Amino acid sequence: MKIVRQDVLRVAELANLELTDAEIETYGAQLGSILSYCEKLNELDTTNVEPLAQVLEARASSLEAEPERAKTDPSEAQHLRDDVARDAGIIGEVIRGAPEAVDAHPPYFRVPRVIERGE
Amino acid sequence: MIQSHERPGQNMTSPPTSTAQNGWTITSIRRALEARQISARDLTKEFYARIERENPRLNAFLALSPERAYAQADAIDATIARGEPLPPLAGVPTALKDVLSTRGTETTAGSKILKGYVPPYDATAIERLDRVGAIFLGKTNCDEFAMGSSNENSAFGPVRNPAAPDRVPGGSSGGSAAAVAAGLAVVALGTDTGGSIRQPGALCGVPAMMPTYGRVSRYGLIAFASSLDRIGPFARTVEDVARVMEVIAGRDPLDATSAGHPVPAYTAGLDAPVKGLRLGIPAEYFGEGLDSAVRKKVEAGIARLTDLGCIPSAIEMRHTAYAIPTYYLVATAEASSNLARFDGVRYGLRVPGATLGEMYRKTRGAGFGPEVKRRIMLGTYALSAGYYDAYYLKAQKVRALIKQDFDRAFQQVDLILTPTSPVPAFCLGERTADPLSMYLADIFTVTGSLAGVTAISVPCGKVCGTLPVGLQIIGPHFEEGRVLRLARAFEAAGGFEL
Repeated sequence: MKIVRQDVLRVAELANLELTDAEIETYGAQLGSILSYCEKLNELDTTNVEPLAQVLEARASSLEAEPERAKTDPSEAQHLRDDVARDAGIIGEVIRGAPEAVDAHPPYFRVPRVIERGE
Repeated sequence: MIQSHERPGQNMTSPPTSTAQNGWTITSIRRALEARQISARDLTKEFYARIERENPRLNAFLALSPERAYAQADAIDATIARGEPLPPLAGVPTALKDVLSTRGTETTAGSKILKGYVPPYDATAIERLDRVGAIFLGKTNCDEFAMGSSNENSAFGPVRNPAAPDRVPGGSSGGSAAAVAAGLAVVALGTDTGGSIRQPGALCGVPAMMPTYGRVSRYGLIAFASSLDRIGPFARTVEDVARVMEVIAGRDPLDATSAGHPVPAYTAGLDAPVKGLRLGIPAEYFGEGLDSAVRKKVEAGIARLTDLGCIPSAIEMRHTAYAIPTYYLVATAEASSNLARFDGVRYGLRVPGATLGEMYRKTRGAGFGPEVKRRIMLGTYALSAGYYDAYYLKAQKVRALIKQDFDRAFQQVDLILTPTSPVPAFCLGERTADPLSMYLADIFTVTGSLAGVTAISVPCGKVCGTLPVGLQIIGPHFEEGRVLRLARAFEAAGGFEL
């Protein structure tokens, strides 16, 4: 798997990473060898395999079919918390952790002017 | 110092091993406190003195929290003075991996990008330990954002293995493992995404447990790969691992993936018989790449369990060889998304830029270390247009096959036994030049991570004189009790000193 400079720059752009020239070269070579190794997965025929995003998935989908069981069985209820906002009471402390916090009412953090990045 | 009498089967006349510098356990601390042989404050002081002496050499702790620790100790001493019953972890000196948020104590995840960040809240697992009387000594060193297998990716220098100072402690929870192994803490919390609790546990020679996915709330854990991350304990005895598990396990409304299954009294079942337990031995874990001395120790461990009446049998887990590429695609894809939040806006480092985007890029370029950047790049690539199906989706499908290997195996056997790590602790610098060789250190642990199962690594003798070997005991989802029971039987039968 050959990763050229343009590939590295495209990925760095997507990932919001500023890289040095030395890093661009190193990561290009290393990503190439790691991705080549990953191509080992193509030895397996996965045509009829459902992708697994996480191990709780099966339970989540079975719940949709059985909403009543979800209500009564606590072990199956993990996906069903009511979506209600809650004040944790620490907003001031959270904002104060920011590099540029402004201690106003309510407090906020400051960022540079937002300009769309050109393609 | 009083001697621990908590480990059945231990020959009390034998000299302590080089790393076992004190014998405190959760129960022996409790007895000493109740008998007023020591105060929680004096015990805390004793551990800080030891940390002061040993940490410059080991680099296991990144930050200490004496103010909080002494306040916790004084609360325990006041409870004793009032003659009230002590909570389950009263006075237990505890170390916390630095990816876990701690109210009022700097939490960096081993990264320059979070230098100076002080969380305003505790992770749920930590809050639960606080509630039952634990003493928080401080935060332990780790690979940056838990990404690594040797602790050499920490922005604050590597941890040294207490058993061999020129060698790595394993990673990413290397500081937690080393702290417990060197007697700088009685218990510690670590996190495991692809082996980061079990592998350092093995390399430092202490029991270390990865709970089932969803068994312990991840709230307050700085996320690496959300579908894989677990929080779990290190301790010196299996009983102490079980005691910590009883506290930290259980449903948490703040983590939607935390499971509501009742939490068994793990300690109550520890000494139930193991005779007749069916143990699966997968040939795929004993082949190429496994150090021959490690192999001999693990085989001796299996023989010891067979002597106890367990029934070993060969099983097949045929997708094992595909686990490393699957893991590194899944984990890095999730990491590239999770780590997007470190952008100089809300916490930690900010490198100024003329625009918001420039600030993001400069901050992340300067704040992240090489391995974190490499994984963000790999994960971003695997998720990007045109490559998603070939890499990320393919990996998710193979993940399903790896999980099916475990499902099938657990239809035939009760537990699975493997080496935790193919090699004992390697030398500092030995694998840093080639990322792929470092990734292969996780070859026996990433499988269980992908399948969501639970596993413990327990000590299984030493090779080359001082280097600990780990035996991995893997159990089905939510069968921590069964895993702990076999681990305890192994410990009682002298398996740790094979």
